[in-house]
Amino acid sequence: MSFLPYVIAAWLLLVGLYGVVSSTNLIRTVLSLTIVQSSTYLVLLGVGYRTGGKAPIVADIPTSSKLVDPVVQVLVLTDVVIEATVTALLLALVVQAHKRFGSIRPADLRALRD
Amino acid sequence: MSRRARLAMFAIAGPGLAVVMLIGMHGMPAFGHYHGVYGLLIDKIEVPERHATDLVTALNFDIRAFDTLGEEFILFASVAGVALLLRKLRHEREARRRRGIEDHSFAGASAGLQVASLYLIPLLIALGCYIVVHGALTPGGGFQGGIVLAAGPLAILLAGRYFAMKRLAPEWMLEASEAIGAAGYALIGVAGLIIAGVYLKNFLPLGTPAMLLSAGMMPINSVAVGLEVTGAFLVVWTEFLDQELFVERDGGDRA
Amino acid sequence: MTGLQLAALILVAITATAVVLTPEALRQALVLGIFGLALTLLFFTFQAPDVALSEIVVSTVGLPLIILLALRKIAEQEHARDREEDE
Repeated sequence: MSFLPYVIAAWLLLVGLYGVVSSTNLIRTVLSLTIVQSSTYLVLLGVGYRTGGKAPIVADIPTSSKLVDPVVQVLVLTDVVIEATVTALLLALVVQAHKRFGSIRPADLRALRD
Repeated sequence: MSRRARLAMFAIAGPGLAVVMLIGMHGMPAFGHYHGVYGLLIDKIEVPERHATDLVTALNFDIRAFDTLGEEFILFASVAGVALLLRKLRHEREARRRRGIEDHSFAGASAGLQVASLYLIPLLIALGCYIVVHGALTPGGGFQGGIVLAAGPLAILLAGRYFAMKRLAPEWMLEASEAIGAAGYALIGVAGLIIAGVYLKNFLPLGTPAMLLSAGMMPINSVAVGLEVTGAFLVVWTEFLDQELFVERDGGDRA
Repeated sequence: MTGLQLAALILVAITATAVVLTPEALRQALVLGIFGLALTLLFFTFQAPDVALSEIVVSTVGLPLIILLALRKIAEQEHARDREEDE
C-alpha cells in the first residue's frame, strides 16, 4: 500500500506505451503520449507527499504546521501547462503530415524513402 | 515495421520494463515518508524571508525564478512552432467567407448556450485576473490564472460567434501579449541585475504577508507569466480554428 | 494513505486504460477530458491545489478543443481528396 502511487505511475507508463505502439493512426499516438506524461506527475507528487501534511499555503494555518513538499508541486505545475502546448505542436505536425502524405496511418508515412 | 511486429516486440519489452521499474521502486521512500531536506527548509524560512503565503508561487517566481524563465520560453517556442506549422502554405489560400459562418448562425448554437456563455465571459476574465494577481497569497499565480483568463474569450466561441471572439482578442493583441509576457519576465530579471546585482533578485519592498502588495516582485512576475500563458493558449486555439475554417487548397471548391 | 487518495488513484488507473482502449480518436478525446478530471481529483487529494487548478482548465478545455479541431481538419481533407479523385 505504501508503494501504490508508484505502481499506478508505472501502470500509466506501460499503458501509454502500449497505446503508442499499437495505435493505428497518429492522433491516437499523440493522445497516448499524454498518458505517459501524466505518469511523471504522479511519481513527482508521490515523492513529495508527507502523511498528515497540508497544502503549502500558509495564509490561514500557522506557519509551523506540517506541509507537503512545495518544490515538486512547482515542477508538476509548469509541466502541466507545457504538456498541453507540446501536444498542440504534435497535433499541428499530424495535420501537416496528413496534408503532405494523404494519410495518418503510421504504415503509410514512408515517403522519405521514395 | 508492421503493427504485429511492434506488438510482438512490446510483448517482450513491456514486461521487462515493468520488472525493472518494480525493482527500482524498492529503493524509493515509502509513500508519505518524506526525506527531502530542501522542502522542509523552504517550509521554515519562506514566510520570514519572502513574506509570501503561497509557497508554490514563491518558489515559482522568486526562489526558483530562473527555472520559470526556462519553462516560459519552452511555452513560447512551442507556440511559435504551432504558428509556423499551421501557416498558409504556398498551394493554399484563405477563404474569407464560408457558407454558414455568419455572425449569428455559426454552428447553430442554441439560445440557452449563448446566454450561458454571456454569463461565463466576464466571470472567467475576472476570475482569471484575480488568480493571476493574488498568486503570492492564495493558490494561483501566472500559469493557473493565465489559462483561466484564456478560457474567457473561448466562451464566446462556445456561443458560436467566432468573429466576435476575433474582435475581442485580435491576432495582434494576442501576439503582443505573449511577447510582452515573455520578454517582460526576462527584463524584470535584468532590472534585478541592475538594481540589486543578482539576476531575477527580488528587489522591491517585501511588505507584510497576506496583503495584496507584498512579496516584492512576485505579483509583477506573475502578471508577466499570466500574460504570456493567456496569449500562448489563445494563439494556439486561433491558429487551429483558422486552419480548420479558412485555409483550403488552392483551386479546390468549397461546395 | 487516505481512502480518498486510494479511490482517486484507482479512478486514474481505470480512466487511463479506458483512454488507450477506446477505438475511435473522437471518443478518445472525450475520455481524455474525463481522465483529466480524474487527475485533478487526484491532485486535490495529494494536497496540491495549484497543480489541480492548472490541470482542470488545460485538460477539459484546452486539449480536447485542439484534438477535435485537428480531427475535423483531417476529415475535411480526406473528403476533399475523395472528391478530387472522383472528378
